[in-house]
Amino acid sequence: MHAGIIFLLVIVGSVLFHIFTPWYWTDIASNWGGMDSTITLTFWVGGGVFVAVCLFMVYCVFRYSHKEDRRAEYKPEDKKLEKILTWATTLGVAALLAPGLIIWNQYVNVPKNALEVDVMAWQWGWQYRLPGADGKLGTTQVRNIADNNPFGINPDDPFGKDDIMIESDVINLENNRPVKILLRSVDVLHNWYVPQFRSKMDAVPGTVTFYWFEPNKVGEYEVLCAEYCGVGHYAMRGGVEVQDKADYEVWLSEQETFQQLSARYEKLNLDGNKLAKK
Amino acid sequence: MSEEYDNNKSYQAQSSEVLDGSAGSINPDMDYVRPAEIPEQDLYHAHSFIEKWIFCQDAKVIGVQYFLTAVFTGIVGLILSWLMRLQLGFPELAGFMTAEHYYQFVTMHGMIMVVYFLTALFLGGFGNYLIPLMVGARDMVFPYVNMLSFWMFFVAVAVLMASFFVPGGPTGAGWTLYPPQTILEGTPGSGMGILLMLISLSLFVIGFTMGGLNYMITILQARTRGMTLMRMPLTVWGIFTATVLAMLAFPALLVSAIMMTLDKVLQTSFFMPTILKAGEVLEYGGGSPILFQHLFWFFGHPEVYIVALPAFGIVSDLISVHARKNIFGYRMMVWAIVGIGGLSFFVWAHHMYVSGMNPWFGFFFATTTLIIAVPTAMKVYNWILTLWRGNIRINTVMLWCLGFIVTFVNGGITGIFLGNVSVDVPLSDTYFVIAHFHMVMGIAPLMVIMGAVYHWFPLVAGKMLHEGLGKWHFWITFLGAYSIYFPMHYLGFIGVPRRYFEMYDSPYMTSAVGMNEFISIAAFIVGAAQFILVFNIIKTLKTGKKAEQNPWKANSLEWYTSTVPPEHGNFGERLPVVHRWPYDFSVPGAKDDFIPQTTAPSEVANTEVEKT
Repeated sequence: MHAGIIFLLVIVGSVLFHIFTPWYWTDIASNWGGMDSTITLTFWVGGGVFVAVCLFMVYCVFRYSHKEDRRAEYKPEDKKLEKILTWATTLGVAALLAPGLIIWNQYVNVPKNALEVDVMAWQWGWQYRLPGADGKLGTTQVRNIADNNPFGINPDDPFGKDDIMIESDVINLENNRPVKILLRSVDVLHNWYVPQFRSKMDAVPGTVTFYWFEPNKVGEYEVLCAEYCGVGHYAMRGGVEVQDKADYEVWLSEQETFQQLSARYEKLNLDGNKLAKK
Repeated sequence: MSEEYDNNKSYQAQSSEVLDGSAGSINPDMDYVRPAEIPEQDLYHAHSFIEKWIFCQDAKVIGVQYFLTAVFTGIVGLILSWLMRLQLGFPELAGFMTAEHYYQFVTMHGMIMVVYFLTALFLGGFGNYLIPLMVGARDMVFPYVNMLSFWMFFVAVAVLMASFFVPGGPTGAGWTLYPPQTILEGTPGSGMGILLMLISLSLFVIGFTMGGLNYMITILQARTRGMTLMRMPLTVWGIFTATVLAMLAFPALLVSAIMMTLDKVLQTSFFMPTILKAGEVLEYGGGSPILFQHLFWFFGHPEVYIVALPAFGIVSDLISVHARKNIFGYRMMVWAIVGIGGLSFFVWAHHMYVSGMNPWFGFFFATTTLIIAVPTAMKVYNWILTLWRGNIRINTVMLWCLGFIVTFVNGGITGIFLGNVSVDVPLSDTYFVIAHFHMVMGIAPLMVIMGAVYHWFPLVAGKMLHEGLGKWHFWITFLGAYSIYFPMHYLGFIGVPRRYFEMYDSPYMTSAVGMNEFISIAAFIVGAAQFILVFNIIKTLKTGKKAEQNPWKANSLEWYTSTVPPEHGNFGERLPVVHRWPYDFSVPGAKDDFIPQTTAPSEVANTEVEKT
């Protein structure tokens, strides 16, 4: 008797917690509202099943608790009932799977007009690279990485010369313009994750991975590393600033290209050599 | 010996069939059971204390040895979880803990609980104790190998524990051991720690293979007469299927452990691409970190079911016995276990949706993952339909079963979130995942383990555990564990990532602080409550009420041994003969509300029992 009441309270409490929780998702700031809707749908269907199953269990505890003079029903199988339950479950599962797959299809197909952003990760930090006037990123290699080539761009690749390098853990993005995040890592797994954008993907050394989103709310967001990457994992933060087109372009014009950076280093080297000669 | 097993009633019934062959009002042949085809096993009886209790070949003793060793590792895992929760809830009190410590505790907690505690407990502990008893065998078919299996496990545990004391400490790579970080500096314990972990896992797999062969072959070859596959208790079905899964899945773990050891020791590059570390390019190149993840999860996902299937089986038996009702839809339950086991090999990459593998895999693995929800849901329906119109004893054992249903359904539903590929994108690597898998493969199987301990303790020790203490133990554990993991899902919704030593003050994460304190307090209480059971066991062994034979009025063979607790050889002079499934409870017309598996049909001829 008491047992049934406590179980009932647990179920009621769970539902109330869900309704009144102050802990819930952050305000979305990207195009992935479909993920939130699928979660909501799953909550209704799954939560409904959870409540129904548990309430039925509680009912049984109340209604059929042990009495010496009573006997349980003896009925090994009920084919019809089992069939109905199987098909109802299959239907429910399919109803949840369908929107999930539709959104995944959008997630893996990047819009043509997306701006490519090279996100480079290491233990423990981020930096970013944007294509220059040619709209294309130059190819890279881990072995090329040096002080005068922090992104490891292949020096022979003509597309790389005008690449815009952002040697900071904060990147600015243009509001309402889709971005294709190209992830790479020079050492271990990382994951560039902004909760408000809902999307994420691991950065894997040795390969380039990608995902895309379209920021749709101006503001500053924190980037978290979402794949364990060693002892500094929890401190591997970065930032994103989503700006309107005008502000964004001002910011963009202030950034250095690979060519400019190389020139700067050459000058530095020359100066250094001169100093050494003196 | 060969005359002995021919010389019985059933065999003579067969000869009468040959003679007259006709059916009367009561068919004289209805008790017929096929004669034995092979002679009985010769058992090696222990001659000394060491042979009886240490290097013992009796599966029951080996089961208890496995159980106690696994519980020891579980207590270590529990203490580690306390330390983690201290850091997460009350970092100001955990000043002694560095990030290195934290990640080492996270890693060791995970690996210990999944492999050395749950797997060893269900298969090594319950498997060894229950399989021979439940299928009506005198022992496992290879008792000597079975003994080696335990001692191999023991050495694996010793090596694992030794890693706490080597320079650099145990590995802190996360229990998934994802390379490249696992074997690079920057991860705690990337020297001796990870090597000992890999060696220990390899030893575990070798030891487990010895045990697993025993479980499988005993179930397939050593069942007593009349014990058809479809008359086996679901416990045996669950353990059997889990063992088959383990035999197929553990090799993937073994090879990945060997390959990683080579990467570590000989600088091969199975999993290691070109890596730039502290300004220098390391001597690796061309390997694939994702390959390791595929191998790991090809083991890791079946592993979830290696833990879950025995729990499914055991809980089915407990619910049936204590609801005094046959398990609803036995055949469906069997096929669901087998089906889930088979499907579990086709879902592994749902752990890798955002790993950077080819994103098109997402479609396939989301579909297979959600298909597996159907047989799983059928099992849940059948458990509650077993309660329906039952005659339910609300005792400690049943409470654990009810707790299992609530936590398992809860964790199963959140599994549908995570399996549904695009829903997984925002939730993966957050506390939602932590909450999900603790609920579904931590707490739910633990509920079954506890139920099973209270259920079978009278058989193992011959004494009844104290009910009052048992109920306290249950309610604190259930309510406490539920209030740890249910709210934790919502931290995941906020986006709080897992494996964070410290949250810092991200604006949306500060609201998690209060929750973290609450969860930590609940975790301390739940952990401490487990010592109620320890106290209960010690008290019962000293002064407890002596258990009568078959105190729960169950039908399965383990309760019909010649002595309680059963001696070496289990069944005295003659092995039992089985005439029915173990679920004939509350049969209309029967004198008692249970008919043991050994009861011949002619003895219950006037009841409405269905043929099984």
